[in-house]
Formats: sequence, structure tokens, C-alpha cells
Amino acid sequence: MGEDNEKCTIVVFSGEMDKVFAAFIIATTAAAMGMETTMFFTFWGLKAVQKGNPTGTGLFGKMLSMINRGGIDRLGPSKFNFGGAGRWMFKKMMKDQNVTSLPELLQMAIDLDVKLLACLMSMDVMEITQDDLIPEVSDVVGAATMLAEAQESKIQFFI
Amino acid sequence: MSEFSPEKTLDATGLKCPMPVVKTSKEIKSISVGAVLEVLATDPGSMADIMAWTKSTGNELLKSAKDGDVFKFYIRRVK
Repeated sequence: MGEDNEKCTIVVFSGEMDKVFAAFIIATTAAAMGMETTMFFTFWGLKAVQKGNPTGTGLFGKMLSMINRGGIDRLGPSKFNFGGAGRWMFKKMMKDQNVTSLPELLQMAIDLDVKLLACLMSMDVMEITQDDLIPEVSDVVGAATMLAEAQESKIQFFI
Repeated sequence: MSEFSPEKTLDATGLKCPMPVVKTSKEIKSISVGAVLEVLATDPGSMADIMAWTKSTGNELLKSAKDGDVFKFYIRRVK
């Protein structure tokens, strides 16, 4: 489907439900439109592809994980989270509108062969290992790999 | 509405963006090249979105019609 070299690269920097939601909507649609799609998860974006287990080796790393241990279904909205009440509210509102949930969108992206990459440097900073990420993250890479993908892409997003 | 004798019908009614397009892209691969896929949707955005999808993937939108609350699309798989 589509032109052979149509590519779309999405840098997912944010780890909030609403922004990650936008990233996955774009990714699944781009893949559906025949584009070879890559998502590059960095910094807070890693939360979206973490399994959700406790992480970290040092005090700060463990603290980070205690405050937010990640997992696609555990992300809160960027506004109006109110300690989790907002997350529940948005999930309910989305469900009431029959909007596809984040875990389903992630699965859809995987089924559509969206390439999921994680940023090694931010993983090191946040003390997250590849074992802490869902197995569908095919590679842990650096900025140059992402840029090489982006260079070949007609469309790039930074979310 | 059988003027195109679709090989398959995708019921995407009740689904919101981007699911009608995502499901269409999956379903079109399950029919043979040259065959027609019928897509039913209720999301008003699907009217513009299915058109954009066919344009960008090179499949042919034979017809789109509104039947009550349901939008019907007839798409020929081109490749």
C-alpha cells in the first residue's frame, strides 16, 4: 500500500495520557495510510512503553519509579489529573464516546508494524533497562538513529 | 446497494477516529486485488477520512453515500 518510501517519525517525549493518545492516533493512522511509521520514546515518553514494574537502582531512580512507574494504562492526563481522578474521568469519557483506549491503540500500532524505539540515554538517566520495557520495543537507540529515520520521513512529529 | 457486489463488508459503525480508517486498511488486505470492500461507518469524520485514505493509499473510492445515520463506502482494492 502507498508509496514505497513514505515514512513518518514520531518522537514521543511526553508521558501524559492525552499527549501519548495523540501520538498513537497519529501513528496508527499513518501506518493505516501505508506509511512506514516509527515511534521514538524518550524521557517521559518511556512511561508509555514501560511494563509498569518498579525500576531504578539508586535512590533517585527508585523515587522516580515510586512516583510514576509507567505502563500504558497508568498514564494520567497533562491537566486535571487530581491525583488519578482525572485519569479515571477521561477514561470514562472516552469509553462513553466509544473512543479506542490507549492499551488498544498500542496493540493496534504493534499489529500495524509500527516500529517502537526507545532512547538509551534517557533510559540510563532514569535508570530504566530494556527489561523494564514491553518486548515490542524492538531496539534501544540514540538520537542519530531517530534522526536517520526522520531524515527519510516526509512527516515528523515531536509530542 | 449491491451495484458493486462487495466481496466483504466491514462494519465500523459506532467507531470513532481513527478506527474506521485503521480497520479499513486491515480489511482491504483480506480481499483480492480488484475486489470491492464495503465499509459502514457512523463517524461523520469518516467521510473526509476515508477519502483521504483512499487518495493516499492509491485504492479507489467508487462511491460514498449516506443512508440515514450510516455512511457507506465502496472501495476497490487497487494493489
